[in-house]
Amino acid sequence: MEDRILLAHGSGGKLSHELIQKSFVSALGNPVLDRLDDSAVLEPGSGGRLAFTTDSYVVSPIFFPGGDIGRLAVCGTVNDLSMSGATPLYLSLSFIIEEGLLFNELEKVVDSIRKTADEAGIQIVTGDTKVVNQGDADKLFINTSGVGIIPEGIDISGANARPGDRIIVSGALGDHGIAIMSQREGLSFSTTLKSDCAPLNHLVADMLDESRLINCLRDPTRGGLATTLNEIAKQSGVGIKLEEKNIPVRDEVRGACELLGLDPLYIANEGKLIAIVEENTSEGIVNRMKKNIYGKEAVIIGRVCSEHPGRVVIKTPFGSSRILDMLSGELLPRIC
Amino acid sequence: MKFIDEYRQPELAKKLVDRIHLRSKKPVRLMEFCGGHTVSIFKYGIRQLLPDTIEMLSGPGCPVCVTANADLDKAIALAQLPDVIIISFGDMIRVPGSYSSLQKAKAEGCDVRVVYSVLDAIQIARENPDKSVIFIGIGFETTAPTIAAGVLQAEQEKIDNFYILPLHKLCPPIMKSILDLGEVRLNGIVCPGHVSTIIGSYPYRFLAEDYDIACVVSGFEPLDILLCIEMLVEQIENEDYKVEIAYRRGVKPEGNPQAISLMENVFEVGNADWRGIGVVTESGLKLKDKYEKYDAEKNFEINPGPVREAKGCLCGSILRGVSIPLDCTLFRRTCTPEHPVGPCMVSSEGTCATYYHYGDDDGG
Repeated sequence: MEDRILLAHGSGGKLSHELIQKSFVSALGNPVLDRLDDSAVLEPGSGGRLAFTTDSYVVSPIFFPGGDIGRLAVCGTVNDLSMSGATPLYLSLSFIIEEGLLFNELEKVVDSIRKTADEAGIQIVTGDTKVVNQGDADKLFINTSGVGIIPEGIDISGANARPGDRIIVSGALGDHGIAIMSQREGLSFSTTLKSDCAPLNHLVADMLDESRLINCLRDPTRGGLATTLNEIAKQSGVGIKLEEKNIPVRDEVRGACELLGLDPLYIANEGKLIAIVEENTSEGIVNRMKKNIYGKEAVIIGRVCSEHPGRVVIKTPFGSSRILDMLSGELLPRIC
Repeated sequence: MKFIDEYRQPELAKKLVDRIHLRSKKPVRLMEFCGGHTVSIFKYGIRQLLPDTIEMLSGPGCPVCVTANADLDKAIALAQLPDVIIISFGDMIRVPGSYSSLQKAKAEGCDVRVVYSVLDAIQIARENPDKSVIFIGIGFETTAPTIAAGVLQAEQEKIDNFYILPLHKLCPPIMKSILDLGEVRLNGIVCPGHVSTIIGSYPYRFLAEDYDIACVVSGFEPLDILLCIEMLVEQIENEDYKVEIAYRRGVKPEGNPQAISLMENVFEVGNADWRGIGVVTESGLKLKDKYEKYDAEKNFEINPGPVREAKGCLCGSILRGVSIPLDCTLFRRTCTPEHPVGPCMVSSEGTCATYYHYGDDDGG
């Protein structure tokens, strides 16, 4: 066992899970936290349910194709709230700024926050600012927390997947992670690819308007589709079967992944969701999603089964199948 | 997608699989030398598609995996020196040495950076003239020419804070060594794809001529591998052993003369320490004397301490093709990708990691 935190503990994969379980849940656990969904669901007593979540944003570079740290900070928290079925309402906003950051960069970020908040229809209602010495942060870190209201009759959790349910993704996978990687020092390659960073609350509202029989919603961020589906399989105690040929991935993402030795199914997304829904409503939900700008490429990629509980199995186009495991360690380049 | 989808067509794959089933009569054991092949075979579930007559074994072709603990300990000791930046290819930083790993050294404050290319290491050397920048030179013939180009670039630009820890290894000598150990009986070898783009197919001729082993160079797409297996089966059924290429778009029989001459200009053949096999004469590359000022081993004083091997770890015999990960009592119990005991669980092309990620003994 390590005696120090490694970068890999922050990858969103198995080491992150170990860290959360061993260091946080064991010390701080309670029935709300222990669910480990994207948002905490609270019942304050006066009726109605509140969703509450928080997230920190440390992306580098802070401006990237298709977005910036500000848009990301709003979308990430709005999406975490949306994944519990909540209507996001209010966000807090905290900055940790490295001494020396250019004012015009900060202004660009704040402008982007305002535009994204308007798009999502939420309000920033409280905030905080800290400035630290050069080297103690990397330009700009942002934390946002958010609250939303969960409408009556909605019960969405990673623990609710049932055999027979269909698995929907809202669009092509891996755009965000590859767009960011294309900008990284030492790795820069040119691509027309843009981050998919987007607020998904209106899409979720459309889906719930179509049917309330949505059992799980998740946004496959760090660790990608593979890690998120493994989490759901374990939380719900079910197996998951995927059809590889149905999973949407853009050619640019596939090409970059081939080059870098990565698997698109482990790459982060910031504007995509996975929905697990009852079979007879799945077609209707997909058709409704396709009418929303952020769900145009929605498609059914697999189903939930009672076999191999806790595991995700993917059928290859050749008729063979393999296990799709959770991400372990950091996403590192191959060497030959 | 262009240049990818053509080599993943399910209908063509089915035709090749049918032909293999029709032709394969004798029970045969084939070794895929390369870790990249092992990953493709598991990822596309190729073992499940083959007849019972064909047994596939994974070989030692993962550069991270074959790096000996002694060499890893040297890299970690170099990282712990003051004013040193260690540059490595990705997977290498997670491999546990006798006492630590580069990843742990990084968490303890050492400057360890991951790059995709040696030219990025040169750039880091340019930007940090007051630091010594040491590149961990692992890999087979595929990577060696690029490292050679890096050394020549440093010489041309008179960059005097750039060093290599030369740990390069050669494929044909280790194939010979594994066969001479006599522990594993093989009928055919899926010869490395990327290595062969450099060295060509001629260097494998001794395998066919002296050992009666079928040899076919393969690419990494499912159709490449299935075609390679079909060609191997054909040779074995006909008892006509030779070296063929199933990867014509990448490999010429004579290889890449420019890359070979670059390699020969900077490196000379020397002994190399292989995990699980030990020191094999003339199986590695050392910097030539005229480039010794770039040799980290000759320019820094380190004392990595006595080498220790992890108890119970079977990586060594897995690399020789004698054991499979399921034979190892540590596999999936104490040895996982998060807490690896041996390198084959670390590298994305390591046999243990492949078994772990992609499934059970039958690949499914």
